[in-house]
Amino acid sequence: MENKALPYLLLLPTAVFLCLFFLYPFSLVAWQAFVGDNGFTLEHFRSMTDHWKFSISFWNTMLLAVAVVPIQLILSIVMASMVNAMRKGRDIVLYIWTIPLGISDLAAGIIWLAIFEQSGFLNSMLQSIGVADKPQNFLTYDNLWTIFLAIALAEIWRATAIMFVILVAGMGLIPKEYNEAAEVFGASRWQRLWRITLPLLRPSLQTALILRVILAFEVFAVVAALGGTSFPVLMGETYNYQFALQDGHVAAALALVILAVSIAFTLVIIRVLRVPKEAQI
Amino acid sequence: MKNPIKTLLMVSLTASIVTSVTQADTLFWSTQAKPVEESQAMRDQVLANAGQAVDYQPSDPGPWLTRLNAELEAGKGTIGLLGALHGDFTSMNPDNLVDLSSVDLGSADVNKTFTDLGMLGTSEQKYLPWMQATYIMAANKKALEHLPDGADINALSYDQLISWSKNMAEAAGEPKFGFPAGPKGLKHRFFQGYLYPSYTNSVVRKFASDEAVVAWEKFRELWSYTNPGSTNFSFMQEQLLSGDVWVAFDHTARLANAFNQQPDDFIAFPAPAGPTGRGFMPVIAGIAIPATAPDQVAAKELVAHMLKPETQIATLRATNFFPVVDVELPADMPAAVRISGAAIATMSGSADANPGLLPAGLGDQGGKFNQVFVDSFERIVLAKQDIRAVLDDQKKALQAIMEKSGAPCWAPDAPSEGACPVE
Amino acid sequence: MTLILCVWVLLPIYLLIVNSLSTPEEVIAFPKRFFPSFNVASLEFFAGFSGIVKALQSSIIVATITMVLSILIGAPAGYALSRFEFRGKTTFRVLILMTRAFPLPLLALPLAIMFIRTGLDDTMFGLALVHTMLALPFSVLITFSLFSGIPIELEEAAWTLGCNRVQAFTKVVFPLILPGITASAVFAFVISWNEVFAASVLTIENRTLTAFLLQSLDVSPMHLKFAGGFVLVMPALIFIFAVRKYLFSMWGIANR
Repeated sequence: MENKALPYLLLLPTAVFLCLFFLYPFSLVAWQAFVGDNGFTLEHFRSMTDHWKFSISFWNTMLLAVAVVPIQLILSIVMASMVNAMRKGRDIVLYIWTIPLGISDLAAGIIWLAIFEQSGFLNSMLQSIGVADKPQNFLTYDNLWTIFLAIALAEIWRATAIMFVILVAGMGLIPKEYNEAAEVFGASRWQRLWRITLPLLRPSLQTALILRVILAFEVFAVVAALGGTSFPVLMGETYNYQFALQDGHVAAALALVILAVSIAFTLVIIRVLRVPKEAQI
Repeated sequence: MKNPIKTLLMVSLTASIVTSVTQADTLFWSTQAKPVEESQAMRDQVLANAGQAVDYQPSDPGPWLTRLNAELEAGKGTIGLLGALHGDFTSMNPDNLVDLSSVDLGSADVNKTFTDLGMLGTSEQKYLPWMQATYIMAANKKALEHLPDGADINALSYDQLISWSKNMAEAAGEPKFGFPAGPKGLKHRFFQGYLYPSYTNSVVRKFASDEAVVAWEKFRELWSYTNPGSTNFSFMQEQLLSGDVWVAFDHTARLANAFNQQPDDFIAFPAPAGPTGRGFMPVIAGIAIPATAPDQVAAKELVAHMLKPETQIATLRATNFFPVVDVELPADMPAAVRISGAAIATMSGSADANPGLLPAGLGDQGGKFNQVFVDSFERIVLAKQDIRAVLDDQKKALQAIMEKSGAPCWAPDAPSEGACPVE
Repeated sequence: MTLILCVWVLLPIYLLIVNSLSTPEEVIAFPKRFFPSFNVASLEFFAGFSGIVKALQSSIIVATITMVLSILIGAPAGYALSRFEFRGKTTFRVLILMTRAFPLPLLALPLAIMFIRTGLDDTMFGLALVHTMLALPFSVLITFSLFSGIPIELEEAAWTLGCNRVQAFTKVVFPLILPGITASAVFAFVISWNEVFAASVLTIENRTLTAFLLQSLDVSPMHLKFAGGFVLVMPALIFIFAVRKYLFSMWGIANR
């Protein structure tokens, strides 16, 4: 590389932007988590963990991410390779599968609540095909697993497209010759996916996974719509502290927990899906 | 049925006619009248003849508060007029609100109790009442046949409500009582203003008393005949209309659609009574001018406009919130106003009425005060923890809040010297 | 399989459309209808909603600025991350991601104070800056992963053929990563389009459609809730439709 300064020059705009619009306000907010009436304190973290809902919302958030993201990963790989292999109509299929990307989480919550609520579309369908003689109540506080399932389905519907689009763009760069050569040597479709496509797709997989995981820890609107108060998550608790309880200190502490978890997972993903130099084409 | 394409064309046509807002508009920053058709009515019917251009912007409490705090901190603002609930104003620093005693209210006769609340414990008029509401009960008419023998719908007791809900659950095969326990539901108001006053004649003092234990036991019993989806319900009009629920408790404005859409199918009636009377509480929304308002003169003129009797009636039509000034209501009011108005009159005129006041002096502890009741509910009723243990535990939180804020007792609690004690 | 997945994606959207095109009575009825009665009263309500067109305009302008900015700022960073080894590379990547991992509603207060003081408050450009911050992780990381997939030899070959670095980039690399740029653009657009909180705090006169409508929807009556949802969703879907074909590499190796 002829110019040592070039990379830094290219990074400069992003760096300036981050400092101005993120790091500056972030440091002001983060500071709130540690400052009390008499200077530095960890009291806010203590009152956060002392609240009986903290561990519930923490584990709910984790559980949801762990249940949803792997399914989305597999689904988006399958969908991306299907689109890639398609000869006819892939334009329209690609479009359809991208649609949920354009739908905000609040709107998705409204749509899925209309499906799962007691007098909703799902019950209407069950009744019309005669499976149930009266509407079932799916979203009740005493049946957390159905709530969990409903939220997971809605999240899979809503957010798989994020990974799908990234993977489609990434797959387009894999030279077709590799796959064709493998086919000549009798590699099955499965082998080709496992041995050729996925390793070459590693950079995109990494990006897709990181972005998706981070968003998964911030899940809120769909959960609030379907789970009501029975399925608390970290983001909802953060809102509650910030706006209902007007306690910016504990809200900042909770936000830092979300941040810490996100960074931890990001570092793990970067390590596991490392892109070694020799793996690049 | 019209052609959808034609509608689309109409959309763009309307587009070109709609005028854009100009710089000098007074910004009315509100947490109330948020539903789209209510804000539409606020703009078209209430504010159109204010004598000045008003930009009415309703928003969620989160953005509302964030924007307001940012303007106050920056010392420069665009918000001309604030519209919010009593609780939103009490949590603000009163120094940030302009004194409104100089506003010329003309002939408007504003409710004295409410204007006193608007002083926020200072000697200045920090906010003026804007509109009021309360919480009542609503029922689908098909629930009436399941009323227990001898029960008078206009003078129900909590025990009768429980057996009514039980009858309904047995008849329908599933619980048909509904309670707004969802994320945006106003469940805490039920405990503060209805259950506690009706069983303990108190909200704070007897929070953890034996009477309070009885109250929670009764509520637990009622809950066993309550639609278990209630933890998702925030606006009971939706479940009443869909039939998921036949009888419900909620804010009058959150029941209004049911009455307006199907006035022949729903009735309103007073909240039930307990051993210490028929507890109920008002909802008061107020208007105030932040210290950073760009044009205080225009903002004060707008305040005066909002309290004119005819504006108050227009506001009632638009939002289903009742006037705070003395007015004669015309006969042609929307169904919700007629139906819930009658129930409110019955409730406040009943022999055992036990009206409560709104908490004053809680300051920024207001949210935490509500949280004590929400936490008690979730622990006792949803998590089925021991009532005595939960109340003793939550009592500590309540005590800390009262001591920190120094708020004196309010009705129905007996007056106190200094902070209201939790006994 | 393709068909099943299409149905899975489309069904909820279809149900939204059914509800938007039904009368208020049909929306609350049970059992629900699975075919719309093509009643447009609810949609007409929004057509006559004052300020909606201006809000729509603001939304489009803000989203477009966001799109352009996030690519102009983000793509060079993505290129640098993929082509150079330098100290602090991982730190930089994590730092970019932090903007997404920290709840925006908390950042809104200091941002709003800063904006009011600097005069960026209530401008579409100011809001677009915040939205760009949210979109940057997407554009940086997506372009990074795509540049990593393009052999450096391609560029080097172009250099030996007499192109300078810039020419090599525009003539050889850019066409290859166009799908990635498009994907970043789509993300930037929809992120900006769907963002509510910052928009409702930082804009007053120049409110975006989402801030204008979305936070009121969940408290509105059922039929308006769905119709409003429909109004909000459609422009984003039209945008994705318009750019969909660029998601495939037009000259990409795969399509030769």
